[in-house]
Amino acid sequence: MTVISRDDVQHLAQLSSLQLADDEVSNLVTDINDILGYIEQLGQLDTTGVDPTYQVTDLENIGRSDAVIDYGVSREQLLALAPAQQDNQVKVPKVL
Amino acid sequence: MTTISECIRQTSSARARVEAAFEKAAAHEHYHALLSLTKERALERADAVDRGDITGRLAGVPFVVKDNFLAFGAPTTAASKMLENFTAPLQATAVERLEAEGAICIGKANLDAFAHGGSTENSAFGPTLNAVDTTKVAGGSSGGSAVVTALDIVSFALGTDTGGSIRQPASFNGVVGVKPTYGTVSRYGVVAMASSTDTIGCFAHTTADAALIMDIMAGQDERDMTTLPNFFAPTTNVTAGQKIGLIRESMSDDVDSEVRARMNEYVAKLRAAGHTIDEVDLPMLTHSLAMYYIIVPAEVSSNLARYDGIRYGYRAEGVQTLAELYGKTRDQGFVTENKRRIMIGSFVLSSGYFDAYYLQAQKARTLLINAYNELFKNYDVLLSPVSPTPAFGLGENTADPIKMYLADIMTVPPSLAGLPAISVPAGVTAAGLPVGVQLIGPRKSDAALLALAGSLEDQA
Repeated sequence: MTVISRDDVQHLAQLSSLQLADDEVSNLVTDINDILGYIEQLGQLDTTGVDPTYQVTDLENIGRSDAVIDYGVSREQLLALAPAQQDNQVKVPKVL
Repeated sequence: MTTISECIRQTSSARARVEAAFEKAAAHEHYHALLSLTKERALERADAVDRGDITGRLAGVPFVVKDNFLAFGAPTTAASKMLENFTAPLQATAVERLEAEGAICIGKANLDAFAHGGSTENSAFGPTLNAVDTTKVAGGSSGGSAVVTALDIVSFALGTDTGGSIRQPASFNGVVGVKPTYGTVSRYGVVAMASSTDTIGCFAHTTADAALIMDIMAGQDERDMTTLPNFFAPTTNVTAGQKIGLIRESMSDDVDSEVRARMNEYVAKLRAAGHTIDEVDLPMLTHSLAMYYIIVPAEVSSNLARYDGIRYGYRAEGVQTLAELYGKTRDQGFVTENKRRIMIGSFVLSSGYFDAYYLQAQKARTLLINAYNELFKNYDVLLSPVSPTPAFGLGENTADPIKMYLADIMTVPPSLAGLPAISVPAGVTAAGLPVGVQLIGPRKSDAALLALAGSLEDQA
């Protein structure tokens, strides 16, 4: 059985772009190990020669005409959603 | 309980209907079923209906949407701090189609944050209380939508169902809940959770109302390439002498005895109506939850990557580096269950574990689909409880994620296979808690399932 350590959880948090507090990490070590312990039962299932299913619609290669669609949303409206804007651009803190 | 046609008949003006809905909402505020009201816009639209400027099959009928549908007139929060102040610049196709028929959205319903959960206790803004017993959970993740319907604040409400999020709260509150065939309704403008099983459906008081709503929402949308050509045709014709399979694994001793008793009564009613019921085996049922909690977190981790604090939503203050900006924004903007799922998703997709977890789950999913296909060679409909128990107590399962996940064990298998499944009320326990029965059919049999359930409704 896979056992996830505190370091593993920190690594997963990093992969997930989550900067966790210390007490959160402790709780997640327990939770994630419990969840993995449960989902590992699938390993017992014989899936030799079985193809994976990625979607259930039976639809394939759905396209549409290559035309501009008016979504009724302006550049100003979209920019206004950003936490900060300046000069028609999304403003971010200086990080370099 | 006010059906859609009663709602239209009872009150002469749309304004009076909408105002009555707001009054009921205010009287039931302590259930915390609604996160926001769209008063100004709803009243404007009501007046337009009364002037005759807006017409349609739902002219002036108030409804509520789960707060993960983008809609005008109120923020779209997904019950998260991440989107607490997010005001949608566009509306979901489902909302647009209902509005085109004259329906009036009066508010946004509470949910588990980003629809992650089965009790609405994961809402960043506090839980919704069960409509029948306020010491119990509403179910989830569409708990608010189920409760506003059960409390008769509105005749119908919209929800999303990825693994049971409409069916389970419908059963916990005693209303009809529809999770359609995957691809029936466009998901454009709805906050994505797990793209391979996310569906849009509804809550209503009757199967006929649910069929009307699904009929209006169903159909292709070039803004959601997974939508199927419209196949949904409401009907009241019930094929005589249907063959129905009661899933044996769903009636084990682990399932609450009163839930099984209500199931057996429902089976007796189906028999009395001339249908044949056999017990059938679906051994894959027991593995489905493990599949689900690999596949869905994997998709969640991808879909929630967009919340980075840059373009919209919450942004953490006082950060020094880019990694810190992302990391703190996401840590503060998500609830614990969001983080659990994102991290499990990152784990099952990471190199070294991908084959053993994610790929194995997608292969197991094929076996589940094959098992359903075999059963549908001989049976028209499959039957199971919606949930192994009636509504559980507030706080009862919050400390144990696995226990919370187990409440979904009956509802996730049809989701993984893309099948239509509906939850219909099947009586109550001795304590008065509602029990729901789940009817599952082959893909695109949605209308037939509703008709079958509808044929038993009058005797309920």
